[in-house]
This record gives sequence, C-alpha cells and structure tokens, in this order.
Amino acid sequence: MRFELHMALRFLKEGRMQTALILAGISTGVGVIIFISALIGGLQESIIDRTLGTQAHVVLQPPEEEARPQLDRERETVLEHIQRPAQRLRSILGWPQLLAELRRRPEVTAASPTVAGSAFALRGTANRSVALRGVDPESYSGILDLRTKLTEGAFDLTGTHIVVGVELAKELGLSVGDTLRLTAPEDRSEVFTISGLFDVGNKDLNLRWVFVSLREGQTMMNLSGGVSTVEVKVRDIFSAEKEAREIRAATGLKTDSWMTLNSELLIGLRGQNSSSVMIQFFVIIAVMLGIASVLVVSVIQKGRQIGILRAFGTRREQVLRIFLLQGGLLGVVGSLGGILLGTFLALFFQSMVSNQDGTPTFPVALTAALYARSVLIALLTGVVGAWLPARRAANLDPAVAIRYE
Amino acid sequence: MNNSATILHLRHVRKSYPGAVSTEVLHGIDISIAQGEFVALVGPSGSGKSTLLNILGLLDRPTSGSVEILGQDCTRLDDAGLTRLRGQSLGFVFQFHHLLPSFTAEENVFLPMQASVGHFTPDMRNRARDLLARIGLEGFETRPVFRLSGGQQQRVAIARALIMNPALVLADEPTGNLDRASGQQAFEFMQQFNRELGTAFLLVTHDPTLAKRCDRILTLEDGYLANGEQTT
Repeated sequence: MRFELHMALRFLKEGRMQTALILAGISTGVGVIIFISALIGGLQESIIDRTLGTQAHVVLQPPEEEARPQLDRERETVLEHIQRPAQRLRSILGWPQLLAELRRRPEVTAASPTVAGSAFALRGTANRSVALRGVDPESYSGILDLRTKLTEGAFDLTGTHIVVGVELAKELGLSVGDTLRLTAPEDRSEVFTISGLFDVGNKDLNLRWVFVSLREGQTMMNLSGGVSTVEVKVRDIFSAEKEAREIRAATGLKTDSWMTLNSELLIGLRGQNSSSVMIQFFVIIAVMLGIASVLVVSVIQKGRQIGILRAFGTRREQVLRIFLLQGGLLGVVGSLGGILLGTFLALFFQSMVSNQDGTPTFPVALTAALYARSVLIALLTGVVGAWLPARRAANLDPAVAIRYE
Repeated sequence: MNNSATILHLRHVRKSYPGAVSTEVLHGIDISIAQGEFVALVGPSGSGKSTLLNILGLLDRPTSGSVEILGQDCTRLDDAGLTRLRGQSLGFVFQFHHLLPSFTAEENVFLPMQASVGHFTPDMRNRARDLLARIGLEGFETRPVFRLSGGQQQRVAIARALIMNPALVLADEPTGNLDRASGQQAFEFMQQFNRELGTAFLLVTHDPTLAKRCDRILTLEDGYLANGEQTT
C-alpha cells in the first residue's frame, strides 16, 4: 500500500468519532443533492414529456414569402409602405432530399414529412373546425407514436381511412367505422372512414387533430406531391434550437424549435435548474467547510505525529497528500452513504402521492449519471476542503511540533 | 575521538532567536563525530542542548556557522534536501518515544522506510522484525504500541531510529522517562547496535553514570561547549 494512503486511512481510523460525524454530514449533503436533483430532474422529464410528447422538436417550413419593394433606377425604395403578403400553404422544395439529409445528422432521431392545414369536419348538421394532418405513418411514429395513444380501433391511414381524437368523436358522435366528411379550402371535400380514436392527453388536440395519409392530405390541401412541413425529433431536447439554427443556415428554410415555440416553458425549466444548482452549491460549500474544519482539528491533534514523520524523512508533499487523500476518501465514502440516503428519500417521496392513472405525482429521475456526478462532486469537494489543512500540516515545523505538541 | 571517518562536523555554529532583544543560545559550537563513536552530551537545563540537537538533526538551521553531514554542507541544502538527508543518514530517539499510537510495533519501526520508498514491501516488515528481535521484542511485533510498557516502547523507538541504517542516531534523554532497569536496558541496546552496526550515537543525558560509559562526553553550559573545540 502507498505510504500516503496507509497514513490517511490510519489517521481517519484514529479519529473514529470525528470521521463518523463528518461522514454523516457528507452523506446528508450528498443525499440532499441526489434527492433534489432526482426530484427536479423527474419533474422536468415529466413536464417535458407531457408538453413535448405530442410535438416535434424542430418544425421546418418553406421560407416566408416577402413583398419585394419597387425600386427605382438608383435601387432605392420607391414605395413608402410595404404590406406583408398573406402566407399561402406552400410545399418545401426538394423535400425528399431534405429528409435524407436530415436523417444523416447525428443529433436527429426522426424526421417525417407532413401536410398540415385547416379543414371542416361535417357530420349531419354538426361541423367542427379541425387541423388536418397528412402524415406518413411509418416515419411519423418517430415523432409521435399514435399507436400507443389509441383508445379504440387501429392506426390505419390507408385509402380514405382517418384517425381522430376522442374529443372530436364525442362532439360529433363518432365511433370506429363511422364516416366523416372533411372539407378543405377551395371546396375540396372527401368522405373518410374512422379507423381509430386517439387520446394524446390534451383536450384541445383531441378535438382538433385529424390524421389522414400523406397522399390524402396532399390532395385535400392541393399540394400534390408536396409537403408543407417536415417535423424533426432530436436526441437532446435542449440542442433543438442549435439544430434548428444549423438546419436554417444550411437549407434557408423557416425552422422553429420547441424552445422558441414554448419559451415560457423553457424559462420555467431553466428557473428550476438554477434553483437546483443554487441549492447544490450551498450544500457543497457546507460539506466543504465541514471537511475542512474536521481536518484542521485533525492537523492540530496530530501535530506531533506529523512532526515525527517529518523528522524521519517524510517529505512535505507526502504530508500534503496524506491530508488531501483524507479529504478525498471522506468525500467518496460519504457520497456512497449519500447515494443510499438520497435514493431512499427520492423513492419514498415518489411513492407517497400518485395520480389517478397510477403514475407518481412527483416522479424522480435517479440515473447512473446523477450518481457518478455526485461521487465526483463529493471527491472534489473533499480534496478542495482538505487543501488548506493539508498545506498547514505540510508546513508544520517538525522541531516545534515535536517540542510543543 | 577515534580516527574513523568524520560523519558530522559542526563549525562555529551560532544560534540566536530574534525578538525585541535578540537572544543567542549557542555561541560558536564546534563538534566532530566520527563513524562508530558513542558520544554523550550533558549539560544543565537551558544550556542549549535541545537547540543543538535540532541543528544536528537538521530540524533547525544555525544562524551562522556550518553543519556538515557525511561531507555534505547542510547549510546549502533546501528543505527537500535536508529532509532527504535526515531520512537517510540520521535516526532519532526522543525522551517520550513519540511512537504513533495506533500503529503496531513493527509498523512504527518500518514507517520511515515506507516513507522513503513510498510504498510498503515485505522486506520492510522482515527488517523491522529482525531489529525488534535483536532488541528483545520478539512476539510483540503486531501489538499496538500503546499496549507495550514504557521500556518496550522506547526499545521500539530505538529500532525505528535504526531501520534506515543511519550514520548517526541522536538520542534526546532516551532513558529520562524510564525506570532505572528499563533505562539501563535501553542504553545497553544502543551500545550493542553501536558495536554491531557501527552506528554513531550522540546521547543527551542527565545521568552521569551513563555518560561515563560513553566514548566521549561533551558538556554544554550556557551555549558554550566546556570541553570541545569551542570558539568564541
């Protein structure tokens, strides 16, 4: 065994009570960090899942049409007032190539072409305004897997089959196998057969969304062979804006990430992150001061032993390492206790309250990365906390230490 | 002094402590100790023995003068150099043994060697056990030192001082805290090692009987060597 490790372990063993108390302190601190992180992480995952579960992370659309001002010969604007043109539903040019390029991007997990527009759903004398979504079922499952959201029927969009939300079905008295007329702009109209009902957990979407095949969507929206949007999902949701910017720069298309479309949510998530970081910061400071104070006392108590070691040829840097190792060992061992404590607290808290569907009201996110980060933080905190006592020990004058201690 | 090689040479060593009025504790000390010598250093309390011992042990620096150990001018060495030389060439025995209480007898003995090498090897334990056996502590190797008697603890301290095969052992009243029999035994073990290993000893003692049994007696009074090569 290394000399420094041998001495560090012995010194910790000698001060059993102090070691036990500071280990309890570190465990509590790390436990709090794990508990808070798991709770906030779980809540964020839940919020993100509920909010973004039905959304693409990045939506690509054709660039907006802009009015071109009339210029005179000197290329100066002639008209003083330029009216913005109304945005027509247009297709993304070269969308099959675009899809292929998007799918090659390492951060992109799914990309799906869609045709999205407004229509009216008519059943007898009742009608409702709906959002028609023409999708390719296979690739769209990477954006939103509607098969898992079905309450009735099947996700079948072949021919004139459509899938509608449970709220629309309730409003219009629809069930699987019934027919429904959809009327799009320019009086394009078609009768469809309901193949399935979905519930995406959002009443408004359950009322408005109507899914048809991509081909039917193109026909209804008079976008033959074209798509109005390409929807993209990315690996790390917080990289969506960066991806959107890069895709915009590369393609010239209009790109919107969920982060710009849900800026309030993003502010909320960042606020939660900031409060979590603040709590962790103060816990780390408290743990660091605890380790430092215990080791300062240890240096005072073991001054003579340090003096003897120095007299027998132990180098200053060896003494420094003995105390830094003690700090590191306290941090690592304390963090293991903290992992147990934090995990217990988090799971206990999670099990206390449940939603009606049985899912926990306060889900917690206990991950290997969280544990690894906690151990690393505790190790660094221990070493940093031990730095000043270690320096003090290393700088002890052996003659003075032996004479007066 | 015999004709063997000189292992320690002090020349005109002065030591003063700064303060409102600077206090000089050692006034130009000259000492030479040869290999294998057994030298006693005597003197009343406050005569400067501890200060001199600290300078000889490279735990303190003289205000002026030079300290040579094994031909090396120690006044030119930095802290790391002094530590290295101290670990390799000098051994210490203190009045209150100063063993590490939670360590076993053999661990206390091989610690200086472990510190020097940086890690433990089985050879260190063997050497520690050999020394403990030679000093009459066979069977006590794995016993924590706080469970040993005062005499046994001091013998462990003697073994520890010898583990690195030092050229010189500085013993600061090693028998001062022991009963007469234990003190006598500790002294005899030191003499035994002096004879068998050729290790030089400088023994600080208040016991005139023990001092007379040494090769040479140095007497320090008020910071002056009464019978050494003293300069003023």
